[in-house]
Amino acid sequence: MDAFTTLTGIAAPLPMANVDTDKIIPARFLKTIERTGLGKAAFANLRYREDGSENPDFVLNQEPYRRAEILIAHENFGCGSSREHAPWALLDFGIRCVIAPDFADIFHNNSFKNGILPVKLPREICDQLMEDARMGENARLTIDLERQVVVRPNGEEIPFEIDPLRRHLLLNGLDDIGQTMQRASAIDGYEAKRRAAQPWLYQDAAE
Amino acid sequence: MSATKPRTLYDKIWDAHVVETLPDGTALLYIDRHLVHEVTSPQAFEGLRMAGRSLRRREGTMAVVDHNIATDASRYTGIEDPESRLQVETLEKNVKAFDVPYIPLTDARQGIVHVIGPEQGLSLPGMTIVCGDSHTSTHGAMGALAFGIGTSEVEHVLATQTLLQKRARNMRVTVDGTLPPGCTAKDIVLAIIGRIGTAGGTGHVIEFAGSAIRALDMAGRFTVCNMSIEGGARAGMIAPDETTFEYIKGRPFAPQGEMLERAIEWWRSLPTDEGAVFDKEVVLDAAEIVPMVSWGTSPEDVLPITATVPDPESGQDEARRAQLRRMVEYMGLTPGQKLTDLKVDVVFIGSCTNSRIEDMRAAAEIVRGRRVAEGVRGMVVPGSGLVKQQAEREGLDAVFREAGFEWREAGCSMCLGMNPDKLTPGQRCASTSNRNFEGRQGPGGRTHLCSPAMAAAAAITGHLTDVRQLAAQGRH
Repeated sequence: MDAFTTLTGIAAPLPMANVDTDKIIPARFLKTIERTGLGKAAFANLRYREDGSENPDFVLNQEPYRRAEILIAHENFGCGSSREHAPWALLDFGIRCVIAPDFADIFHNNSFKNGILPVKLPREICDQLMEDARMGENARLTIDLERQVVVRPNGEEIPFEIDPLRRHLLLNGLDDIGQTMQRASAIDGYEAKRRAAQPWLYQDAAE
Repeated sequence: MSATKPRTLYDKIWDAHVVETLPDGTALLYIDRHLVHEVTSPQAFEGLRMAGRSLRRREGTMAVVDHNIATDASRYTGIEDPESRLQVETLEKNVKAFDVPYIPLTDARQGIVHVIGPEQGLSLPGMTIVCGDSHTSTHGAMGALAFGIGTSEVEHVLATQTLLQKRARNMRVTVDGTLPPGCTAKDIVLAIIGRIGTAGGTGHVIEFAGSAIRALDMAGRFTVCNMSIEGGARAGMIAPDETTFEYIKGRPFAPQGEMLERAIEWWRSLPTDEGAVFDKEVVLDAAEIVPMVSWGTSPEDVLPITATVPDPESGQDEARRAQLRRMVEYMGLTPGQKLTDLKVDVVFIGSCTNSRIEDMRAAAEIVRGRRVAEGVRGMVVPGSGLVKQQAEREGLDAVFREAGFEWREAGCSMCLGMNPDKLTPGQRCASTSNRNFEGRQGPGGRTHLCSPAMAAAAAITGHLTDVRQLAAQGRH
């Protein structure tokens, strides 16, 4: 996973609530065994018309938002399925940060695992950032994870909250499996205890 | 926390699975059961391979194929779609390489992962259960803590049998009273989501409680917990009781004999203690529930079948009005139109929400002696090979076939538009599945979520129908 420290980039306005994971990447694109190459499928049902051509009305088909690295959206972003293909598709498109009033739990979790920073800010502030994002070439925000601030085009700094462990993992691009594996002896100990207390969990199936 | 403080069902299962607590409060949570399917696992196994890691606990894991596969006989002669085939073949290669227990496509036990987990006794009370699928919440009906995870977490569980998790908040949804005739578990859960909204349970684990929940059979409880995620909660759960224990007896992977007695003794200690505090409480009166149907493109946009299409201009602010306009347009509706006037093209009875034998029986009860309306495609897709066999023993397949329904093989089918069963643009479907998002059942498809009985009724009349009215009409 790539580390996330500071990002300055174009922010695209997506003024929709309940942007679900089927919208972010429809199920027909989940038939892949890779993590990469899904950028072309991001928002496919909104981005392409039935004949496969681009829908010019969709924000990510417009300049400069084709190069967007930040998305601004409304409530409950990423609701729906657990598909990690959703953050993979956003990442492959070039999105490294989504700002919204709140996020669905599983998407929120999946984002961190892939170096995408979900930033929760109150709706009024998201609305201000949405206006910033409508400034075309000037729709540039800076996300400073070290200092935990979003910097608006006018220079105003907006602080945001983030879980300290997740911040640490993102700043350093760390894989948490390696860290957990260092706790193998604690897991062994736990299993031994459970095996004694709840032995039915450890018997083989009656096949 | 002191040992005497009253705890919820969720608290108790959580506490019993904490291996270690990290300095910032994140828990290393032990996972008892990991269910694996073909769509969200290939990249996880690839990750293990690249890091030279292996599967930590074979007997805690079970793999099955369900999302990608066709639900007609063609699947036994090879999967046509090359990408789907590759994904299934990749799972088969991975289960061999990593020695993962596996139920193959040709096995009678094959089916939707959330149907076969409980059916095989793989999902038990007091367990932590995960799967790379958001409808893992289904298994919470056993009195377990069950939730969906992403592929990175699938890899984490394969390698370590644990997850790094933050404790969720407790929410209780109490449904008391007696459900009126014609109403089912599906109507309860649609009514709940209509009340709390799709983000109502975000950050929470929902415990479903109350006499109407207690009165549900296991199939009904699975339906309710299944759609916890549509209410924003990663997990939903129901306290284990005699209904649960009866269901478990004799299942292949469940404890037997003396071991079962010991297990039941522990399971009886799990229900929420008197006086335990919930961060959020919602109460519904079962007697006020009516048959529900979704009209829009979010599961919170549900209405009683007796209602009419809302006017977008009634939305409380411009953002909501814009959203409502978009929904009305996408769904091809007219404000004020009666929901019962909406003609359907397809009826889908199946999915991890409603494909158990009890669902098949409920639908067959409506269908018996009647015919699918002209021009409507009716599909019945059992949740597992064993559900299919049971239905056939009861003659339900004949009831459906004689009425003009397709009787298909087990799988996720038309719930999600990633196998051959899809809607075409503009088609309207009465569906017993769980999501009515734009394009969920195929690009441009229009989904109306409802119960198996309501879906069956729509197939018979050719339009969304109040099942209570149909029940009064004769059969030929």
